Amino acid sequence: MKEKRLSEYKIGEYGKVKIVEGEGKIRRRLFDMGVTPSADIIVRKRAPLGDPIEITIRGYELTLRESEASVVIMEGRK
Amino acid sequence: MIRFALAGNPNSGKTTLFNALTGSTAHVGNWPGVTVDKKEGTYKKCAEPISIVDLPGIYSLSPYTPEEVISRNFILDEKPDCVINIVDVTNLERNLYLTTQLMEIDVPVVIALNMMDELTKRGDKIDAKALEEKIGLPVVEISALRGKGMAELMDRAYEASKTSRKAKTVLEKTALIHLINDCRIALSGQKVDNALFHAIKLVEMDEIEVKMHPDSANMVEEFKEGFHDELFGNDFEALVADSRYKYIVAYFSSTLTKKPREVTELTKSEKIDRVFTHKFIGIPLFFIILFAVFHLTFSENLLWLGAGPLAEWVSCEGTAFEGVFGDGGLASPGVILFNLLDLATASLGEAIAGAMEASGIAEWLIGLVCDGIFGGIFAVLSFLPQILLLFLFFSLLEDSGYMARVAFMLDKIFRKFGLSGRAFMPMIMGFGCSVPAMINTRTLANENERTATIRIIPFFSCSAKLPILTAVAGGIMQVFGVGNADLITYGMYVVGIVLALVCVILMRATTMKGEIPPFIMELPDYHSPQFRNLMLHLWDKAKHFIKKAFTIILVSTIIIWVISHFSWTWNFLGDEEIDQSILAGLGGLIQPLFTPLGFGSQLGAMGWVFAVGAITGLIAKENVIATFGTLAACIIAGFEGTEEGVAEVSVMIQATGATIPAMISFIVFNMTTIPCFAAVAAAKGELGSKKKFNFTLLFWIVASYVTSSMIYLIGSWWWTTFIIIAVWAVVIALLVLYNKGKLDLTSLKDLFKKVKTKAKKSSGCGCGCDGCAMKDSCSSQKKN
Repeated sequence: MKEKRLSEYKIGEYGKVKIVEGEGKIRRRLFDMGVTPSADIIVRKRAPLGDPIEITIRGYELTLRESEASVVIMEGRK
Repeated sequence: MIRFALAGNPNSGKTTLFNALTGSTAHVGNWPGVTVDKKEGTYKKCAEPISIVDLPGIYSLSPYTPEEVISRNFILDEKPDCVINIVDVTNLERNLYLTTQLMEIDVPVVIALNMMDELTKRGDKIDAKALEEKIGLPVVEISALRGKGMAELMDRAYEASKTSRKAKTVLEKTALIHLINDCRIALSGQKVDNALFHAIKLVEMDEIEVKMHPDSANMVEEFKEGFHDELFGNDFEALVADSRYKYIVAYFSSTLTKKPREVTELTKSEKIDRVFTHKFIGIPLFFIILFAVFHLTFSENLLWLGAGPLAEWVSCEGTAFEGVFGDGGLASPGVILFNLLDLATASLGEAIAGAMEASGIAEWLIGLVCDGIFGGIFAVLSFLPQILLLFLFFSLLEDSGYMARVAFMLDKIFRKFGLSGRAFMPMIMGFGCSVPAMINTRTLANENERTATIRIIPFFSCSAKLPILTAVAGGIMQVFGVGNADLITYGMYVVGIVLALVCVILMRATTMKGEIPPFIMELPDYHSPQFRNLMLHLWDKAKHFIKKAFTIILVSTIIIWVISHFSWTWNFLGDEEIDQSILAGLGGLIQPLFTPLGFGSQLGAMGWVFAVGAITGLIAKENVIATFGTLAACIIAGFEGTEEGVAEVSVMIQATGATIPAMISFIVFNMTTIPCFAAVAAAKGELGSKKKFNFTLLFWIVASYVTSSMIYLIGSWWWTTFIIIAVWAVVIALLVLYNKGKLDLTSLKDLFKKVKTKAKKSSGCGCGCDGCAMKDSCSSQKKN
């Protein structure tokens, strides 16, 4: 399946993390929170104002901004 | 005494475990240099008493947040005898990520598998024995909530603390292990403790380690050049984090058997969130909750029941409790508590005054003890019930997990001001009382965000400032016969909010530059808050506040009392003779300073009354109205005021000839300048550094002064609007230029520095000596 950024995912869409781009603090924070390659992510919802988004990863709820989600490259499930 | 450290993720039940282990022995302080809570307590049910230090909740031992650095340094430098790593078993993978880092330090680690009851409820199972074998650390099943497994946990930890443990890592089978070992050997050679931990962090090119061990960092750099991983290239930080999670999934996750369920199946929290963070009702619901909190704390007419049989019944007419539970309506719990405390302190004050008068003590001493000391303490303590109630409500929202959702919903708006959604809470609390609002800023992750929020909190006009607003607005109406008191009051709230936003933008553009903090946050599961945790938390805050009330607040109030009740010749003055007091003298002295604000020199001989009113407002903003009463009595002998203070203000306006713009500027000044002593004390505690605190005081003075004078100028002479707009345009243009790097201030700074050092060197004549008796003839000597 085609590669896509996490920020482009629609509500209810799910897939696996392929790679995390970006650098420094934000990237490290994403790693520490479990957003690493091959982790399963499902997009749960968007905030009432459209941003940030809420995802389920490794069995818990995580929220991040669209700009931060755009560094996460996803691959769809086969 | 042996010492254990408690480490774990936020929301893993760490506070509950800490409270269950230490109970009432806990005391809260700050970690040095930062405003992060440091909790310490004693566990007494072991062979010997054990001191327990609660480390801040963290996800990793990265070098990026103060919490992470504190925890890391504590374990490395202070060398606790054992680390109890609390792991939320319902969120195993992410929690064990921290464990894989803790095990790289040479310290005994015991894992407390928390929330076992929650796991069972979900129908999942964990094989703790298998996990213990695989991870090589003692694993104990507990439920901190029900107090289960505490004794076993502490016994295992105590046992572990008597042995030493060698560090090990889950990165053993990765391509990086040779580099890690090389670094470790090099560091061991330099006699570095915990060589393995430092070596791994070095390989990750962790900021702190690279600074500490530059030689070995070079080694890593060299190795990097020849390294290539298929997925990560030579990005070791990513490789290490990924390897940790891969190891956890491969070896540890298998001990957990989950009840089969669909990926799309909703948990309890997700179901609650369908309402609370709903696209359309989420935000309105939040405002309703917020309104309810304020209504329950401050309303004098609960649920708008108004007058009626119930109101009559609760008014307790004719008894000692008249009006305590409501006056023309049912009072809210907050107001009832306030009234009860007020009643108690008033009776106590009267009793003390009566006893002192009966024993024939000098009048000034009675005044000092009753009005100065007790009056001051009571004035501050009278806020305590409402402060605590407000704090209780917000802690409830925080502990239940709702506050994280509020941040989630509002982040988009606040991001524009360089703040996160979380900053909304303390700001809104500011409308109730600045003290709990400032304490609440502790929940903000970013230091700059915290400082900026503390500074603007007083601009959100608190409940104690409302009487000033209504009194002055009423006075304006009475004297000038124009305006609408409600409209003026409402307008003032808006001015406060606008000022707050402008100040945040200015701060972010000047002293607090830097990127907007990331918003990658866990939304913890909803759970019912712990009564015990709440009460312990509340008790901490109350203790803290009372301590302050009796120290700096007390001293400040006594000073103000003394200068308002003694003349320059040190004669004691009654309340009505305040015009001869030191305070009135000082008021007259600083009166010219208020000229640009409209209530300075132009008001003539009686103009000092406004300056004095502003100063007494520092004790508690309620005091301003009380002072108006005594001041009006100075102007018209035998003046009988009203409770609302409208008549007093009218008298003052008529006596001084103050204009409408001047009075509006007076309200704005009182609203936005240095808040009451209690709030100042809270700000001091939360800001941490003395420099920041002093700067904050200066900020309040300047912000209020500039805003008030702008209002006065524009109100008095409309054409000044253009000048003010022009000045602001220049300021903004300079700021934009400066931020774009087109305006170079370094040369100016250098010049300033040179002048400063020169001035320091030569307090004498400029020849470089220290200043001497020959100061005047010095320059002539030099010429010779």
